[in-house]
Amino acid sequence: MTSTTRTMTLNMGPQHPSTHGVLRLVLELDGEVVVRCTPHIGYLHTGIEKGLESKRYQQGIPLTDRMDYLAPLSNNLAYVLAIEKALGIVVPERAQVIRVLLTELTRIKSHLVWLGTHALDIGAMSVFLYCFREREQILDMYEAVSGQRLMSTYFRVGGLMADLPPGFEDQVQAFLNVFPSRLGEYEDLLTRNPLWRQRTVGIGTIKREDAIALGLSGPGLRACGVPYDVRKAHPYSGYQRYQFEIPLGKNGDVYDRYQVRMAEMRQSHRIATQALQKLSPGPINVEDPKLVPPPKPLLKKSMEALIHHFKLYSEGFHVPAGEVYQPIEAPKGELGCYLVSDGGPRPYRVHFRPPSFVNLASLPKMVEGRLVADVVAVIGSLDIVLGEIDR
Amino acid sequence: MGEAASRVTEGREEGQAAESLVLQRLRDQFGGALLDVKVWRNEITVILRPADLVRVCRFLRDDPDLAFDFLSDVTGVDRLKLPEHSPRFEVVYHVYSLQHRRRLRLKVRVDEGEAVPTVTDVWPTANWHEREVYDMFGVPFEAHPDLRRILMPDDWEGHPLRKDYPVEASPRWWEEEPA
Repeated sequence: MTSTTRTMTLNMGPQHPSTHGVLRLVLELDGEVVVRCTPHIGYLHTGIEKGLESKRYQQGIPLTDRMDYLAPLSNNLAYVLAIEKALGIVVPERAQVIRVLLTELTRIKSHLVWLGTHALDIGAMSVFLYCFREREQILDMYEAVSGQRLMSTYFRVGGLMADLPPGFEDQVQAFLNVFPSRLGEYEDLLTRNPLWRQRTVGIGTIKREDAIALGLSGPGLRACGVPYDVRKAHPYSGYQRYQFEIPLGKNGDVYDRYQVRMAEMRQSHRIATQALQKLSPGPINVEDPKLVPPPKPLLKKSMEALIHHFKLYSEGFHVPAGEVYQPIEAPKGELGCYLVSDGGPRPYRVHFRPPSFVNLASLPKMVEGRLVADVVAVIGSLDIVLGEIDR
Repeated sequence: MGEAASRVTEGREEGQAAESLVLQRLRDQFGGALLDVKVWRNEITVILRPADLVRVCRFLRDDPDLAFDFLSDVTGVDRLKLPEHSPRFEVVYHVYSLQHRRRLRLKVRVDEGEAVPTVTDVWPTANWHEREVYDMFGVPFEAHPDLRRILMPDDWEGHPLRKDYPVEASPRWWEEEPA
């Protein structure tokens, strides 16, 4: 008997712990070498973009939390910034500082889940437990500001849902005090660990030109040495007033992506520290009763406040007809919000450029010609969230 | 790092000049191919004929003064419920220059059944984006290497982001067979 084919097709996922959700890969293998890798997505498609078209602008914010559910506040920020850009408004200084503080903490939180699960996939169990210990502290901050630990929906068009609760600064400071040493602990476990290096150095390498052509963004692109970070290139929310650096890699492999994200957590810590110092009393919302609901006690005293309240919650506000694209640097890369308004109280069309979606498209380039065991390491290093890919 | 920071401020001050440079280069090169140009909230939108799309994109990528080497995003808009709704579909490209830190929006408009040429040869990242536009709006892409649905199941009927597709409706394949 003669064999007609040399390759074997292996289905990986959609229920596989190392695919970080419901990703399905069809791998064509020649022995242990991946000849072709075809990702299949859409298992978590919830029609978020369609849903947003039928909701008023403010009503849509909770839906955005559910895209990249590891970094809900980054999604909120892209959406509200796009609306604010179309409205032509800028939120007050205090709101901007709080937004920066919380999105940087969100970046740390997202990177902690990445680090824990990535290490777990490759076989380093204990890192996961440490990462989730620190993540817990950030979840407590989420809970303190919004009452929600995961889907916090704290940002609003025109500012914030509410001001920071008393004692919040101390809570953040306590975290910032311990975090650098905790980060050192993770690095002690991994950075020079020969097993970790064997599984990551020179694995899943992608060339700079390929990364750009495939639209890779975020830590994956910066690991190839491309200094593109939206916070520096097109600062929003006052990022131009913070001192921080863009960590860069050289080889574009799994190890460099690890190094870049570890360095980014230090930079986020640095930005959060500065934000805490910049925090000064002031308004947290724009002074426009057509956009921001009046304080509740005022409803019993002021007829205008009652009218505004009623109009905002029954009809919402109108956004001038036009279109904007607002990119932000989310933990996973460039998260863009494209908003088309027809002048009404609901968006005519909202589209998100999900960084995970684009980053995942470069997976075949990184794994083809490599061993099947490396696929798991490369997926981990891409830091994908299927909620965001499928939307 | 200091260099990078100064370039940002420079870019902001020269925002107006940079905009006119992009448009100037495009007008010099293509003239009549630019059907319309709009600037709103400091964002430039250029509307093109589908037939001109690929050569304009190639020029935008290869011209050293422009160097739009990074395709951020491709998406679609169904204009059915807009005052001006013909042609019905709009395919929107957001291109970016990593070197010059400039962003530009390109658009082509097509009617039901008309195809848009693929830009996957110019920017390979367009592959998945165009599949998504095809899946959600039913706009086909000519010469696309792998035009399949991407988010919806392969046997799905209809294109969910069209304006005449209901927000709440039970999908047909989900219904139980009559007894």
